[in-house]
Amino acid sequence: MSIKVENIHKQFGNFVALNNVSLDFPGGELVALLGPSGCGKTTLLRIIAGLERADSGRVLLDGEDASDTHIRERQVGFVFQHYALFRHMSVFDNVAFGLRVKPRKERPSEDVIKRKVKELLELVQLDWLADRFPSQLSGGQRQRIALARALAVEPKVLLLDEPFGALDAKVRKELRRWLRRLHDELHITSIFVTHDQEEAMEVSDRVVLMNHGNVEQIGSPNEVYQSPATPFVYGFLGAVNLFHGRVDGSHVQLGEHAHPHDTTQDGLSHGAEVIAFARPHELQIVTDVSETRGIGATVSRVLSFGASTRVELEGDVHEGVPRHVEVELSREQSASLALATGQRVRVLPAQLRVFPHPHKTDNNKATATRSTAS
Amino acid sequence: MSSASYAIPAPPDSAAPAARGRSKPFRVLPGFGLTLGYTLVYLSLIVLIPLGGVFLKASGLGWESYWNVISAPRMVASYKLSFGASLLAAGINTVFGFLLAWALVRYDFFGKRVVDALVDLPFALPTAVAGIALATVYSPKGWIGSALEPLGIKVAYTPLGVLVALVFIGLPFVVRTVQPILEDLETELEEAAASLGAQRWTTFRLVIFPLLLPAILTGFALSFARAVGEYGSVIFVAGNIPMVSEITPLMIITKLEQFDYRGATAIATVMLIASFILLFAINGLQAWSARRIGRAV
Repeated sequence: MSIKVENIHKQFGNFVALNNVSLDFPGGELVALLGPSGCGKTTLLRIIAGLERADSGRVLLDGEDASDTHIRERQVGFVFQHYALFRHMSVFDNVAFGLRVKPRKERPSEDVIKRKVKELLELVQLDWLADRFPSQLSGGQRQRIALARALAVEPKVLLLDEPFGALDAKVRKELRRWLRRLHDELHITSIFVTHDQEEAMEVSDRVVLMNHGNVEQIGSPNEVYQSPATPFVYGFLGAVNLFHGRVDGSHVQLGEHAHPHDTTQDGLSHGAEVIAFARPHELQIVTDVSETRGIGATVSRVLSFGASTRVELEGDVHEGVPRHVEVELSREQSASLALATGQRVRVLPAQLRVFPHPHKTDNNKATATRSTAS
Repeated sequence: MSSASYAIPAPPDSAAPAARGRSKPFRVLPGFGLTLGYTLVYLSLIVLIPLGGVFLKASGLGWESYWNVISAPRMVASYKLSFGASLLAAGINTVFGFLLAWALVRYDFFGKRVVDALVDLPFALPTAVAGIALATVYSPKGWIGSALEPLGIKVAYTPLGVLVALVFIGLPFVVRTVQPILEDLETELEEAAASLGAQRWTTFRLVIFPLLLPAILTGFALSFARAVGEYGSVIFVAGNIPMVSEITPLMIITKLEQFDYRGATAIATVMLIASFILLFAINGLQAWSARRIGRAV
């Protein structure tokens, strides 16, 4: 079933949770709503589910206006972050709940219910837990039971609200892959909310990036990562180094020197104030003392575990240059450079992505914080 | 959806939770011996010794006269009234106390804080004040009593008056035991039930009520225990007519006023044993229902 939301607006007092959001979710896709907390993603999910009402706008399920349809009739399966299992019922009774509360005419016989629940428990690989109570299960098991319970009523849409948010890192990763495979089997239109960009990129067919109640970008995980539409998206997906500068033709003036940028975006007039991003692997380190281009910096830490080496540097004090610069090098590069703490180097951006300066808005602040944090 | 054919590898966390081994008790908090010892001494001094004294005193009576005292028709009538009215009052308080708690937790309305504070009034009020107030209002000349009189309903100086007094003093117990549990109940449970297609009433019956049952039973037990022991507020409104509206605590007082200490303690033992059995039963029921939610067997 396809889902469409049109001009959804939702406000809590003065706080705008959703600002005229319109989105299309084609049938059969697994879409991630991604954004920092408070960006409105959960509110949007709850409005689609019918757990919350929009102030204005419409929710269309399969082309039909469902804005006034009660959640009972929307045929959506909802999975909560904290499972919301009925703790006084066994796993079996939890999964059977949706079938047992059907109106008498539609209610399957107890035999059919038994068979169906067994099938669902096999689907989530937990049929051996049927007689247990939720308190006896691990977090990952609980969430899978919650999913089986939601699937029992054969929903047309599956909505998951931070489904792995309460689990530890290892279980999260496993359940992520498992959810993807489950979706590949069932092909049920699914939307899941997450603030974890890695999770969104790994699991979904498409990512909807949200910030401050607005949709920033929609696209496949690869698209949004490779060509971020806004500074926010750039900063939110992966680690970045943020520079401030001025446009000078095809170059951008950063600190003492001008660097070529690779943005063809219109509206960047000569002398315009911009912010420029470079991911850690898009920066090069030059140890040659005769080099004058680039940004002067001092090596403060070299972290060489894993497949690549991360170098943390302290940038020289110049307007527009961040205090902390992060560079990612391959093992070979780092071996040939043989960097030492305290060493003076120059950092050259191989690639710079430039956006118009967002003029000291909240947006800017959020982006800046995010980029230094990551 | 025919899900039987799907074979999706189980995530590794599907292994059975490790069996909890029982290790030797190791206490981080000091003072176990001291606090337990103090608890036992204190309980003995305050509770067990006086209660033991009651049995000792009553035993001086001899079986036959003991039986005669406690099985006198006037006594039996008082037991029926005391325990019957207390159970009934606790039942009424359970129903309406639950409604009150529900309204206080679930809705916002004008004067909510005042209502919330009023619930505690029966706790705070000296029982004699409550008794006089009830007697005034429900007497045939009082506001409510005079309105009920033409309908043929007499409240004051009848067993009905006893019931009204016991309902009055037992009200806070159910409200105050159910309220916090209801506040802690995640709304997600109801949302989950609704998303699975359950109607409001079904959700209440199958999801909310079972989770509240232990608290409701606790409230019932407390309300009942308080009602059995109540004296002050009842005697004003009951009229204390032999065989009709005499409660058992009043019978003890009556015996004491006649300097019949043995007789008084004999009645006291009956109350003690009956209360103990009833509370034991209610607590058993409560523990059973608590085990059903959460700590599963």
